[in-house]
Amino acid sequence: MASEPLVELRNVSLAYGEGRERMVALGDATLSIEKGEFVAVVGPSGCGKSTLMKLVTGLLPPSTGTVLVHGREVTAPIPGVGMAFQNSTLMPWRTTRDNIMLPFEVVAPHKHRLRRHRAEYEAKAEALLASVGLAGFGDKYPWQLSGGMQQRCNVCRALIHEPEILMLDEPFGALDAFTREELWGVMQKLWLERRFTAVLVTHDLREAVYLADTVYVMSRRPGRIVKRRTIDLPRPRTLDTTFEPGFVEIVHELRERIQMEHA
Amino acid sequence: MTGRQRRLLRLAMPWLTLAVLLIGWELACLAFVVPEIILPRPSRIMEVIVQRWDILLRFCLETLWTTLAGFVMAIAFGLLLGLAVGASPFVYSGLYPLLIAFNAIPKVAIVPILMIWLGIGALPAVVTAFVISFFPIVVNVATGLATIEPEMRDLMRSLGASQWETLTKVGIPRAMPYLFASLKVSVTLAFVGSVLSETVGGNRGIGFLMLSASARNDSATTFAGLFAIALMGIGVYAACALVEQRMTRWAVRGQPSR
Repeated sequence: MASEPLVELRNVSLAYGEGRERMVALGDATLSIEKGEFVAVVGPSGCGKSTLMKLVTGLLPPSTGTVLVHGREVTAPIPGVGMAFQNSTLMPWRTTRDNIMLPFEVVAPHKHRLRRHRAEYEAKAEALLASVGLAGFGDKYPWQLSGGMQQRCNVCRALIHEPEILMLDEPFGALDAFTREELWGVMQKLWLERRFTAVLVTHDLREAVYLADTVYVMSRRPGRIVKRRTIDLPRPRTLDTTFEPGFVEIVHELRERIQMEHA
Repeated sequence: MTGRQRRLLRLAMPWLTLAVLLIGWELACLAFVVPEIILPRPSRIMEVIVQRWDILLRFCLETLWTTLAGFVMAIAFGLLLGLAVGASPFVYSGLYPLLIAFNAIPKVAIVPILMIWLGIGALPAVVTAFVISFFPIVVNVATGLATIEPEMRDLMRSLGASQWETLTKVGIPRAMPYLFASLKVSVTLAFVGSVLSETVGGNRGIGFLMLSASARNDSATTFAGLFAIALMGIGVYAACALVEQRMTRWAVRGQPSR
């Protein structure tokens, strides 16, 4: 089976709480993600987008249905995942470099090699920092950086151990529009270089269309996947791309589908 | 006022208020002809401090070391218990009500029991200092752990971190500012504990000195003892504040560093 998807969700639903407080966050999701695919999930707020992410990574077990990664059912947090959240959760007591090196301290086999090969790993961290435009900021503390720089670090930390799957939960949501658009470019560059599989959760449709190969639209709670749209715009996409008719058309199409949810 | 003058005035403020307080006290005693046995004048107290500094110092040092011994025990115990309470919801729900109940007991009530168990001398004072001062440490350390962002937990779990790794890499560093903040409170409480024990029944320390002085109607010496305790309290508080500042620079990032 050459074309077996990397991640597969089969009729997955998730409910929080029990009895009368039971609340269905995600209802009956079926989707598959190819290796190296960039997937974006958009939808109204509170539709279970983040839940979907936690299900894929095994942080939450589904209430019904199956989550498969590499064809194996996911029952516990799976290895080889990088995560970046809207809240950058960088540790203020660590320098930027030490923050980025966190996965090396925790993930096998790096954690057993780190002590002896520290210089090699530090060089890796520096190189990654440089590739997102943060060369020379390794010794700064996160709180000495701007919001955009912090999110660059955040993405670096999620990528440093070269995970197979990168989970992005509205990582640019708290940034101003200019910084956000700049970081789309950074993100795309990293993806083109490394070709990891990425799942981006966002409520910014332009962001989704700019970055993703496939966009899934989710309905209001209980979240359900109501639309799948392939984005075949050529890469690398630029900010100019976002003003081209083809791009705008897709964004409109997605917006209309989401507006139906609010009607 | 220039910026420089403002800064100088701020530095001088504690000394000015102290001076105003002492002068007011002195004048009030003189004006109302308060007998020394009721309230000695500050100048009398200073006189006693100068005259009897050797005795005061000896008793002070006894109190100081019992306090610090109890305090060190409180840090070790409080840190461990705080980590346990903060890290495990089961330990939390099991121990927290007990801790609160224990903290509500006036410690003066347990000193006689400690004396039955441990005799008189330094040991009951150390233990009293310990039991009175560990509670704020536990609460603060537990708070530091319990307020870890859920995203941070998710991140650690997704990296495959064990509970232990999450605790050492996130929990403990994050709890440090909370710990150091509690030390300032705790160390002054530890003084209350050891002096309390010495006063209820003891044969050593500044509390004992004050007790025997007041039995001889020597109010000036009793007050000299109070002054000495206050001084030591300020000293250890300042030491703790300094340590806090050094250890958790990242947590006080509002101030320009360097």
